Amino acid sequence: MDFITQLLVAALSSGTPLLFATLGGILIERSGIIQLGAEGLMLMGAVVAAITFIHTGSLGLTLLAVVAIGAALGWVHSFLTVTLRTNQIVSGLAMTLFGTGLSAYIGKSITGIPIPRAVPKVNLDFLDGVPVLGPLFAHLDLLTWISFALVIAAHLFIHRTSWGLHLRALGDNPPTADVMGIPVQLFRYGCVIAGSMLIGLAGADMLLVYSPTWIEGMTAGRGWIAVALIIFARWNPLRAMFCAYFFGMMDTIGFKIQLIGSAIPSYFLKMIPYIVTILVLMYLGYRNRNKPSGSPEALGTPYIREQRF
Amino acid sequence: MTEPTSTASGAIALDGETAARTRKRFPFRLEIDPSRKESPWWMTIVSVVLALLACAIFFAANGKNPWAVYEKMWTGAFTTSFGITETLVKAIPLLLCGLGVSIAYRISVWNIGAEGQFAAGAIAAAAVTIYFPHLPLYATIPLMLVFAIAAGGIWGALTALPKTYFQVNELITSLMLNYVALLLLDYLVFGPWKDPKGFNFPGTPMFTASQSLPVLGDTRLHLGLIFALIAVALYAFVIRFTRWGYELRLIGANPEAARNAGIHIKRHILIVMIMSGALAGVAGMSEVSGVTHRLMDGISPGYGYTAIIVAWIAKLHPVGLVISSVLFGGLIVGGYSVQTMGLPSSISNMLQGAILFFLIAGNMISKFRLSRNG
Repeated sequence: MDFITQLLVAALSSGTPLLFATLGGILIERSGIIQLGAEGLMLMGAVVAAITFIHTGSLGLTLLAVVAIGAALGWVHSFLTVTLRTNQIVSGLAMTLFGTGLSAYIGKSITGIPIPRAVPKVNLDFLDGVPVLGPLFAHLDLLTWISFALVIAAHLFIHRTSWGLHLRALGDNPPTADVMGIPVQLFRYGCVIAGSMLIGLAGADMLLVYSPTWIEGMTAGRGWIAVALIIFARWNPLRAMFCAYFFGMMDTIGFKIQLIGSAIPSYFLKMIPYIVTILVLMYLGYRNRNKPSGSPEALGTPYIREQRF
Repeated sequence: MTEPTSTASGAIALDGETAARTRKRFPFRLEIDPSRKESPWWMTIVSVVLALLACAIFFAANGKNPWAVYEKMWTGAFTTSFGITETLVKAIPLLLCGLGVSIAYRISVWNIGAEGQFAAGAIAAAAVTIYFPHLPLYATIPLMLVFAIAAGGIWGALTALPKTYFQVNELITSLMLNYVALLLLDYLVFGPWKDPKGFNFPGTPMFTASQSLPVLGDTRLHLGLIFALIAVALYAFVIRFTRWGYELRLIGANPEAARNAGIHIKRHILIVMIMSGALAGVAGMSEVSGVTHRLMDGISPGYGYTAIIVAWIAKLHPVGLVISSVLFGGLIVGGYSVQTMGLPSSISNMLQGAILFFLIAGNMISKFRLSRNG
């Protein structure tokens, strides 16, 4: 494999957890709720996946447990932000702090235990000889294919179904959505819970496929990068795919540079994804300075029927 | 939707069928009482107690007696003289970082980068010992302070400038910069600044007596406490009595009105972020010079993140900040003391997150009122 192909393969594998998290975030933010708890949710997803898989060895049960913990934490966030109308930013921060602490607490006993290969690979042997497609797609794992399917499903759901239309109405103008007969609060609950499940799966994907050992704080800011990716992707699932792989590439490019033998200390190479995040956001801000950002207009504002304050 | 008042008849006009159905099912309903602005002070205590109860479930599930855990944390942090001074030592960086984020939250700038600004200040203080090793105490400490303020301020400005000029969300920038600062710190202590006589320990050489903050008696309580208390007093004075503080309060209460009143919001954001970073930088400096006496890997057990909760629980109030930073200092020390029971010290992070959840929920619940439907 030449360097470029290697880089693309690495981008695909490290971009997949980001893609799950970004898709979940898009679903949540489209309904008008800010979700900054992605980091905590991913850590909880990862630690629950690790514990369940070590104890049961069943992939199905593992994914079920991850989805359940994502739903439970998503319910907490939606109860706080939708029903109690608390500050969504602070609730998300609390989710991150709580998830970081709780995952470190319950994962203490399994820290450093390598997880055996859990996710089966989908072997497409006929692609083996093909130059670029072969190394990229011939032996991907099941979760990566699920992420491809989810991108298409999310795109079709948001832009081609009547529920998707309701969702967009809800994120842009909840009073109008309410008048249209859409159950605003219920819909928001549904989106936050479903999106949190996806973010939990992002953590599980990271643990089961990308780096199969539980370490405290193993996501290292990827949840926050996913929050930034939602903005890059302009709340659009198809763009999210390209943005996630671009960042996956940034994540691994430092490691790859190290492999070809460079004099730059690895600490500086590890800074690349964080600095690129800031630079890309600055570029987007500059390019879109006179344009709307594409964010749902009611993002961050709780909706209270018959009350304004 | 044109009706701004809150009456049940508004709901019926809006969507008669649903409202009628709701009324039949529930005789009462919750709604936000617009006249209640502040939640009562006891709500904070109730929230903290509820958070401790919720976390007790996790301890019980792990086969620990939650009461014993909390008792151990309490005795470890607040009953012995060693525990109390340790709690105060931990409260110093929390108070300084908490002040830093409070001043930013005043104008709704979500600085969550105190951790990185803390690291920047610590690095700058250590730089003084590396590059000016032979200065006397009265020259070293002020120089460290200046360096730390500058470094923290620059780190804060790196968050503010993208926000003011490129509309970049400061939450993301400040958090990304945390990772950058911690990686820079790791590079220095594992690389060029590593103590050549330190048996490969990732840290700078130990500071000499003239590079360390004076301590009180034979305790570990250091001069940083005075820095923190002066900073609190200044914060209280500036916010309450100066024109600039008034402008900050105005921006926080109503940015639109502030802009119309001719207040230069972008400039305020920049200045506030520089001050916020500088305060966290001083915290970093006082930690390396007063407690660890060297720059080393893992210098902060998450002070910058805990500071966010310290600021929220205090509702950005100066006296509240002092109380909550001591409480959370105690929580960190208590987290260490339960390690003897086989519990990881990260339980204090879990408790912090839970406290924040219950706190914001409690604040909102006390704004609700129960009213009769129909």
